[in-house]
Amino acid sequence: MISDAAAAAERLFRQESGRILATLIRISGSFDRAEEAMQEAFASALASWPEKGTPQNPGAWITAAAHRKLIDQARRERTKLEKQDSLRYETPARFLPPDLALEDPPVHLPDDRLRLIFTCCHPALNPESQVALTLRTLGGLSTAEIARAFLVPEQTLAQRLVRAKRKIQEARIPYEIPPPSQLHERLASVRAVIYLVFNEGYVATAGDQLVRRELCSEAIRLGRVLCELLCDESENLGLMALMLLHHSRRDARIRNGQLVTLEEQDRSLWDRQAIVEGLELIERALQAGPVGPYQLQAAIAALHAEAAASEATDWGQIAALYGRLLEFNNTPVIALNCSVAIAMSAGFEEGLRRIDALGASGDLDQYYLFHAARADMFRRMSRFGEAAQAYRRALALTTNRIEQDFLNRRLAEIAGATP
Amino acid sequence: MRYMFLIYSQERPEGPHPAEIEDIKNRHWAVMQDAKQRGVLLAVEGLKPTSLATTVRASQGKSVTLDGPFAETKEQLAGYYILECKDLDEAIGWASRIPSSCKGLEGCIEIRPVADLPKQP
Repeated sequence: MISDAAAAAERLFRQESGRILATLIRISGSFDRAEEAMQEAFASALASWPEKGTPQNPGAWITAAAHRKLIDQARRERTKLEKQDSLRYETPARFLPPDLALEDPPVHLPDDRLRLIFTCCHPALNPESQVALTLRTLGGLSTAEIARAFLVPEQTLAQRLVRAKRKIQEARIPYEIPPPSQLHERLASVRAVIYLVFNEGYVATAGDQLVRRELCSEAIRLGRVLCELLCDESENLGLMALMLLHHSRRDARIRNGQLVTLEEQDRSLWDRQAIVEGLELIERALQAGPVGPYQLQAAIAALHAEAAASEATDWGQIAALYGRLLEFNNTPVIALNCSVAIAMSAGFEEGLRRIDALGASGDLDQYYLFHAARADMFRRMSRFGEAAQAYRRALALTTNRIEQDFLNRRLAEIAGATP
Repeated sequence: MRYMFLIYSQERPEGPHPAEIEDIKNRHWAVMQDAKQRGVLLAVEGLKPTSLATTVRASQGKSVTLDGPFAETKEQLAGYYILECKDLDEAIGWASRIPSSCKGLEGCIEIRPVADLPKQP
């Protein structure tokens, strides 16, 4: 019974804390006070639910309890401030909410979470802080969990959060949906944070596998919130589709701790449900328009997802999509991917020629995937000597164990194939 | 809340391009007029170039006077506004209208909240 109530509170925290906190911040005008009140309310729940039973609407119970604590807190502070009035200049200026807002019954406005996400992802905060604050407040992850996921000491992460909250309070970053003139830039910042969280979980660097998977799920959950609240934005749908289509391959891309390339993945392990949803979303996004980089990347992922076998992949269309993506982001990395797609559709000779042309500038010389891509072209053309040389260059440039294992495996394969 | 908008400009000895001078003036003028009409203009000043700057530094109980600005950087302080704004987003809105090429080429606008001075003891 006790563990049931505790489990219910735990579940509620994961699912509802973002929404509850968003409302409490609006009411109290302070991240810290809202967090404190919510934590106290959850502690009260753990104390009383096992005995009295879990209430019918646990989320509303927590919000109401936290709201009472906020009112008490504000009264205590006001009395303290009045007593200290003569010394007021010594205390930092603090924004005390007007009584009215605080005394009103707490209503969940549908856009509270949107306010919260825009504030957390405000470009006046540095990107690391944006990510940490988003995961802490909207995701309900603990400081320790976030620190573990990003491989930074917990102390560092805690300081990052304190500094970010202080800037929100003292530079007065508003708790509002941005004005139309700034909405476009600000939405891009929100999407960038969500995609960063996703990639941190997806890219197989070191660290706790479970926490990493949790980050992907969290990014998808945040993406859903964004789509739910601003569904007319085609890039929001594009981002969501992109994450779902990548995530659908999660069980196939690592086997016994080893990286499995898209080509060699067991496609029966792909998550069909995620693929169906991703395909629907990207279709909706492209119909709504305007097209953008997230949609183009999702469309590429969609073509992979739709191929029943790797030989059936429509590389011609993928190359064309990379070409359009280059119009948005002309980076050497995207150009490299484009060349690989051309190699797969128009022939390895042509692909290799383009890859070498990209390498001529020297920009990609320290990039392990550039050498890995060249090596792969040589391998496919059975030019094993040149392939081995390029694989070794790539190997020297990555410190990621999973990537090193993969390159070593390739080297062993071609050593076996050499006549 | 009061925010200071520090205008950092890329200084060129010859100043901004002659073709741009009128445009820069007009844009500053528009910001000043608009801010004044809304009653939020608290202060605005432009500075002469850093070739006229003098730096005084206290060192071991003595003050040392030197020619030039505090730091030789690409972008130099060229002037400031102080405006009353509701929040940082409103301040960002103003900053995006303030031209920064007053002393040569485009630089940037730094927004800083203004602190309250403690009461006189």
